[in-house]
This record gives sequence, structure tokens and C-alpha cells, in this order.
Amino acid sequence: MELQEFITNFANQFEETDPSVFTKDTVFKDLDEWSSLTALSIIAMVDEEYGVTLKGDDIRSANTLEDLFNIVKNKK
Amino acid sequence: MYNPFSLENKTILVTGASSGIGRAIAIECSKMGASVIITGRNEERLKETYSQMRGKQPNYIVADLSKPGEVQNLTKNITTLNGLVNCAGLTKVLPFPFAERKDFEEVMEVNFFAPTELSRLLVKTKKLQKGASIVFISSVSGVYCSAVAGSIYSSSKGAINGLAKAMALDLAPKGIRVNCVNPGMIDTHIFSEGKITQEQLNEDMKRYPLKRFGKPEEVAYAVIYLLSDTAEWITGSNLLIDGGYTLL
Repeated sequence: MELQEFITNFANQFEETDPSVFTKDTVFKDLDEWSSLTALSIIAMVDEEYGVTLKGDDIRSANTLEDLFNIVKNKK
Repeated sequence: MYNPFSLENKTILVTGASSGIGRAIAIECSKMGASVIITGRNEERLKETYSQMRGKQPNYIVADLSKPGEVQNLTKNITTLNGLVNCAGLTKVLPFPFAERKDFEEVMEVNFFAPTELSRLLVKTKKLQKGASIVFISSVSGVYCSAVAGSIYSSSKGAINGLAKAMALDLAPKGIRVNCVNPGMIDTHIFSEGKITQEQLNEDMKRYPLKRFGKPEEVAYAVIYLLSDTAEWITGSNLLIDGGYTLL
């Protein structure tokens, strides 16, 4: 599983935020568009794309996109 | 003692009685004097409920109502009923673009098809007697409002509400009443899969005018009312139990 691809999949769950905003260092919970719905969309995307079941607490414990990527990678 | 809500001399079947709201309903109905038959998938947890029940001749029957054969089997094991509480249910939290047919099917099987078929068989075989009361545990979701990523659950509960109204009409000549109770969030383990964090639940709790979630017993008391003879003129109704949630 690739970090860049993960970032693209992550960015795809957003409507208003420009894809260029998303890097491995993005603190995603600070984004204006971040909400409970985007959180649930990320969980569903990770399940669909990577076959990994994330919990809300996994999202909570991650700060940057790379943090979340590592959590998914470790659960795979 | 004067008690118009007594369930003495009534036999009542409660599905989904191994946990949460179903467990509370079974226990409270038994305390009101009913002979309660409980059913659920997990024998160990069903026995835990059973151990807390009172009343005459409590009984438990293990059954997975998502399997048609087991619904038929359960029906065969029952002689007569004065009440049926369809409580077994589950939820699946998925944003709509991710909610596939298989996800809908999984939830509809338990929340809609199983209670529908169980009710139908119990009516058709005349095990539900004249004057019987059927209660569905619906929700505020899908009837008065919904929740983020709640399309699957809302659909199932909306379907139950429609079903209950049509059933109420068709079963009126038999003297069988059909009603729904519509709870807001109740303290159970329905979100134990962990997609929703405790923090999010705490935030949600603040949106309730009465500033807390409901207790399973509070749903049980509403069900007792609808099962009792006090509700003899009530059919096709929804009883909202939501701490004021849908007022806003």
C-alpha cells in the first residue's frame, strides 16, 4: 500500500477542499470541511480500498495523514 | 392494588431479548406479571436475561430470526400469545455512497424481514389471540429524522413504520392491535463496533433537550403501556420516546 495513493483516496472524500491541500503532513482534523460525515467516509473508504476496519478512536489518535496511513498499514 | 397497566394473565414473546432494549422489556414485562417468552441468538446472554425475569412460567427459546427455518421453528414452539414485541435489531453506519445492496440486505433481514415473517406466521396460525398487541421497536430515525451515515438503519425503521400501519388495518378485524415505539438514542451497545467514538456520542447527547440518552427501561415502560389493556383503543400509532430530540 502506497502513501501517495492513500492520500489521493483520502482527498477523494472531500468536496470543497482542494486536492493539493492534502499531503502526508496535513493535520486533517483542522480542515474546515472535516466533520463526523467525512470521518465515517474515511472509515468506509479504508474498509473498501484496504479491507481494514478502522475505529473512530483510530481516527482520533491520528494527527496527520501519514499517522493514519501508518495505522491502516499496521492493521493490514 | 389498582394497576391498569398490569400484564397478569398475558403471555408475551420478546425478540432480541439477549441484550439492550429487548432485555429490559423482557424483565420489566415479567415484573408486571406477564409470562414472558424470550428469544435471541446467543444462549448465554439469553440465560442472563432469563435469570433476571420473574412472572409465571418464564421461558427462553434460542433462535436466529434471520434464518427462515428458525422463525418457523420458533412459531411451532409457541402455543398462544397475548403480545409480541419485535425488538431484535442492528445498525450499520455507512455514508450513503458506500452503502451497498449487501449492507442494506444484512440490516433489512434482521430489522424488517424477520419481524415481518414472525408476526405473519403468529397471526396466520392464530397463536396471537383476539385482543393481542404487537409492538415494534422502531426509531426516531427514518420516521421523524435521520442521522449522518444512517441511510440503512433509517430505511429499515421507516419500513417497519409503514408495515405497522398497514398491519394495524388488516388485523383490526381480528382485534389485534399493532403499534410502534420510536426511541431516540438509548444507552445500549448498538455502536459497540466503534465507528462512532464516545466523544461523538457525548456531543450527540448534548443535542437532547433533556440532556441525556434514554434508558432501556424507559422504552420498556412504553411497551408495557401498549401491551396492557389500557391501550385497547390504540392501534397504528407511534409512541415517541426521545427526550425532546425531534423538537429541535
